[in-house]
Amino acid sequence: MRGFSFLRILQESVSGHRGWREQWRSPEPRKSYDVVVVGGGGHGLATAYYLAAEHGVRNVAVLEKGWIGGGNSGRNTTIVRSNYLFEESAALYEHSLKLWEGLSRKLNYNVMFSQRGVMALGHTVTDVQVIKRHVHANRLAGIDAEYLDPRQAKAFCPILDISRDARYPVLGASLQRRGGTARHDAVVWGYARAADALGVDVIENCEVTGVRRDARGAVSGVETTRGAIGTGVLALVAAGHSSVLAGMAGLRLPIESFPLQALVSEPVKPVMPCVVMSNTIDAYMSQSDKGELVIGAGTDAYPSYGQRGSFQVASSTLDSLCELFPVLRRLRMMRSWAGIVDVTPDRSPIVGPTPTPGLWLNCGWGTGGFKAIPGSGHLFAASLAAGRPHTLVAPFGLDRFSAGRLIDEATAAAVSH
Amino acid sequence: MLLIPCPVCNMARPEREFRYAGEAGLVRPHDPGAASDQDWTDYLFARANRKGVHEERWRHLHGCGRFLVVTRDTVNDRVLQSVPA
Ligand SMILES: Cc1cc2nc3c(=O)[nH]c(=O)nc-3n(C[C@H](O)[C@H](O)[C@H](O)COP(=O)(O)OP(=O)(O)OC[C@H]3O[C@@H](n4cnc5c(N)ncnc54)[C@H](O)[C@@H]3O)c2cc1C
Ligand SMILES: [Zn+2]
Repeated sequence: MRGFSFLRILQESVSGHRGWREQWRSPEPRKSYDVVVVGGGGHGLATAYYLAAEHGVRNVAVLEKGWIGGGNSGRNTTIVRSNYLFEESAALYEHSLKLWEGLSRKLNYNVMFSQRGVMALGHTVTDVQVIKRHVHANRLAGIDAEYLDPRQAKAFCPILDISRDARYPVLGASLQRRGGTARHDAVVWGYARAADALGVDVIENCEVTGVRRDARGAVSGVETTRGAIGTGVLALVAAGHSSVLAGMAGLRLPIESFPLQALVSEPVKPVMPCVVMSNTIDAYMSQSDKGELVIGAGTDAYPSYGQRGSFQVASSTLDSLCELFPVLRRLRMMRSWAGIVDVTPDRSPIVGPTPTPGLWLNCGWGTGGFKAIPGSGHLFAASLAAGRPHTLVAPFGLDRFSAGRLIDEATAAAVSH
Repeated sequence: MLLIPCPVCNMARPEREFRYAGEAGLVRPHDPGAASDQDWTDYLFARANRKGVHEERWRHLHGCGRFLVVTRDTVNDRVLQSVPA
């Protein structure tokens, strides 16, 4: 792999940009691998990259049924933050945030990580109490968190309507200054390129259709649309399709798949210097570098694999945003879409082994796993290499459901992103 | 927005009148004291989450108030059948 540098751009610009090549190979699948990762989203690719980069496990394939990043990793609103309530979650997401802070340099790929600050609004007395509790918990966990009064919130995001008779009055807000956004495709491509350079086979258009097991019941390989591939270690990292894949190995998961929607507006001049989210009204907004307002909505009320999402879900988010930001009322939306998110009962991920020997899960990131890509890949790779969960992900095992040790971020915040 | 036929009201009504109530056919352990942790886990948390034909409960909250068992294709969201629970 030839690295990107200012010098190379200069060379290419004087030679007509004819020297740029594909950034990763399109290899034919081999007969077998030490580790097979199913799912070419951010989590799967990051897992493969850290396996190769930090554990010397390079005989690895990432199998992707479509194109890499075609799932939720290329469909999300890219909010990155680590201010979760419980210690286990805070440690996990903070580990990820720290990796984000050095990621572009590490991958030699500009993931456009922008720490512009994530502000969460409270509209009721209860909201404010919940927000203050979060801020205190975060500070105890060593995570940067501030409480803002309405005027400070407006100073941070000037187009916010904080008048007292507003439909959703702003009574207070939390702010994580180190939070922000990143370029979703770049994260996927950066990990794919770096993993490929270390020998990982990233295989697109390769759908896993069955899981093979030996007489002991242990995983021995997968069937795919490009033939059978052998492996003793199978890592399912398939987000919304996790239940389908686990079903191939006879496992029922504590997961339901829901459509989650996002929209972008026509591009306008810079108006939003930060990320603003409001859980109460299920609205999340930031502005892309192109000028589009990037808006996240809520999930549908029922599980579905139809990658659309209901109109009333998106329109109610837009209604609310027009109340919070009256200046946006005449803005037109350009596109809307949905991704299928894998939601667990406690809204925390499932990372670790399963009762089937050789079968590992990294899923259940649901509506908020983009921010976790570097951390999840890093810790999951360490777990696969060691054959047991890393301490930071150990609390997130599948066994927490029978043990009753839920990490209930659902009741803690009911946040989508 | 789904249009769900209610066999009790005898009308197809918009989704907003209903409340989704989860996968159909889950049976609570008959003898709670005798049920194992695994039985409870399966009942409380494990779901088929089927891609394709799925049986689920809906309640016609803002109509007759009755629970229904709706059969829906989760790929195209078409409602195939709706009967009282
Ligand atoms: C609209 C929306 C907004 C979001 N906003 C945010 C946000 O602001 N912040 C945040 O942190 N998170 C957000 N998320 C969540 C985040 O996008 C996901 O948690 C994260 O991208 C999951 O990454 P992944 O790699 O696990 O899954 P994916 O990127 O979905 O990758 C899984 C891959 O598996 C492949 N696959 C499935 N079945 C098979 C098979 N049988 N064989 C081979 N491959 C298969 C799929 O094609 C897919 O590419 C949002 C999600 C959505 C949909
Ligand atoms: Zn009815």
